[in-house]
Amino acid sequence: MSLDKATVRRIAHLARIDVPEADLDPMVKELTGIMNWIEQLKEVNTDAVAPMTGGTDMKLAWRKDAVTDGAQPEKVLSNAPDKHDSFFSVPKVVE
Amino acid sequence: MAYIIKGETGDWEVVIGLEVHAQVISAAKLFSGAATSFGSDPNSNVAFVDAAMPGMLPVINATCVEQAVRTGLGLKAKINHRSVFARKNYFYADLPQGYQISQFDQPIVGEGTLVLDMPDGTSRSVGIERLHLEQDAGKSIHDIHPTKSFIDLNRAGVALMEIVSKPDMRSPEEAGAYLKKLRSILRYLGTCDGNMEEGSMRCDANVSVRPVGSTELRTRCEIKNVNSMRFVMQAIEFEAKRHVDVYDNGGKIDQETRLYDSVKGETRTMRSKEFAHDYRYFPDPDLLPLEFDDAYVAAIKSTLPELPDDKKERFISQYGLSAYDAGVLVAEKENADFFEEVAKQSGDGKLANSWVSNNLFSVLNAKNLTIDQSPISANHLSKLIALIKNNTISGRLAKDVFEIMLVETGKDPEAIVSERGMKQITDTGAIDKAIDDILAANADKVAQVKAGKEALIGWFVGQVMKATQGKANPALCQELLKKKLAQ
Repeated sequence: MSLDKATVRRIAHLARIDVPEADLDPMVKELTGIMNWIEQLKEVNTDAVAPMTGGTDMKLAWRKDAVTDGAQPEKVLSNAPDKHDSFFSVPKVVE
Repeated sequence: MAYIIKGETGDWEVVIGLEVHAQVISAAKLFSGAATSFGSDPNSNVAFVDAAMPGMLPVINATCVEQAVRTGLGLKAKINHRSVFARKNYFYADLPQGYQISQFDQPIVGEGTLVLDMPDGTSRSVGIERLHLEQDAGKSIHDIHPTKSFIDLNRAGVALMEIVSKPDMRSPEEAGAYLKKLRSILRYLGTCDGNMEEGSMRCDANVSVRPVGSTELRTRCEIKNVNSMRFVMQAIEFEAKRHVDVYDNGGKIDQETRLYDSVKGETRTMRSKEFAHDYRYFPDPDLLPLEFDDAYVAAIKSTLPELPDDKKERFISQYGLSAYDAGVLVAEKENADFFEEVAKQSGDGKLANSWVSNNLFSVLNAKNLTIDQSPISANHLSKLIALIKNNTISGRLAKDVFEIMLVETGKDPEAIVSERGMKQITDTGAIDKAIDDILAANADKVAQVKAGKEALIGWFVGQVMKATQGKANPALCQELLKKKLAQ
């Protein structure tokens, strides 16, 4: 499997990673290499194995419906690059 | 009655599917222990999970799962004993994770059915495609600062049920009836409060059109986040006409996401199209599949209340109501309960319906009150009906008593009647006298009746009622009048 340059550019954009045009070709090569490496898994016969979303034999943990968290706006906002009162502040997003 | 759009090239019908986001009633969020309460201070209901701090892991809230299953059962839908959470990736300022935890190809609830009660008393079924659990996003506030948007994450991570219908609706009215019924079911179940103004129920409409008689599905547009039933209906009406115009002019519809502008009454393209597609779903590696057994579902099923459809059927058979009247009463559980108390206490379902649905509801609507705020209790309304039934007062006097009850809140109708001497006159002597006086004073009209103008008897009854301040028993009055006029 191989990726083309346009696809890599699009993935970078969707991930909000700014990849300079000159770096795209090398990245196509790298990502294609990773894809090919993963492709090797196809050699294993998985006909009798149900699709899984994890590799452990565990059950999902459930939590009781109780308020045990929150009431800490100063901590939640402590790493915010920009804030206003108790709001996060970001460049204007207008639809 | 089919909803047809007349185009230049022919008749068109509209095809509508609705996606409703219903906020789950729970104390804490879907994957964190922060509160879900509405109207708290900004960012005060936020756990580190909701703010997507590195290393924080989601843990599912048992009540949210139960609420989703309960809703699925209420929609007579298939409950999936194994479902999988997936990440829906998109970039937006109020989504700190950069993805929404949702369910994709393996939702918790599969296909179901919802019955629409149309205003003309008929009903029809609409298919439910699926229901899945997902996180809500935070809230962006654009109007405080000129160049900044402010973000409040209180809503981020609150559990939503996305309920998707099949494209089974064919008119804006049906879409309205669907939302009304869904809201009613959710409120009966206690899984969502259905408050569209506060955003705990939001609707996206998928709209396309096709020539009448065709069964194809043409390109649809999705109208996002419409926040009232009226606007949903208006948006659909506008959008369907827009499609017909485009096709009539030889154009084609692009599949896109649109917004409804309720001020201008039109839909328009959302600018950030890229953000609306390419979600790159994949199973969330932080969450194992959600699994439960038959016993779990059965335990929830055993606690389901009587739902609107069943209640409606019962009201029709038990109290002899019409389908329309029963439908109106059961739409809100509180209204249905009030009616039923009146019907039981007074022992007359039809009279109870007439006094609750016609007299009381019109007063409540005019004063913008809910049934819980009714100035007249179910007990007192039942007593009023009992007074009519045992002939203490006539229907006309009852209306006067009702008016007094509205003002003198909390007063027993029996007390009102006895204090004001409003008892119906069933003493033939007193009525006889009133009739004799009126007949004597209107000899010309008496002659007309005798000449065959029977309709005038009604006029005489009215005069007698007037002379007795409405206290004469109208049936008795009519009987006596007929007898005297026949002499």
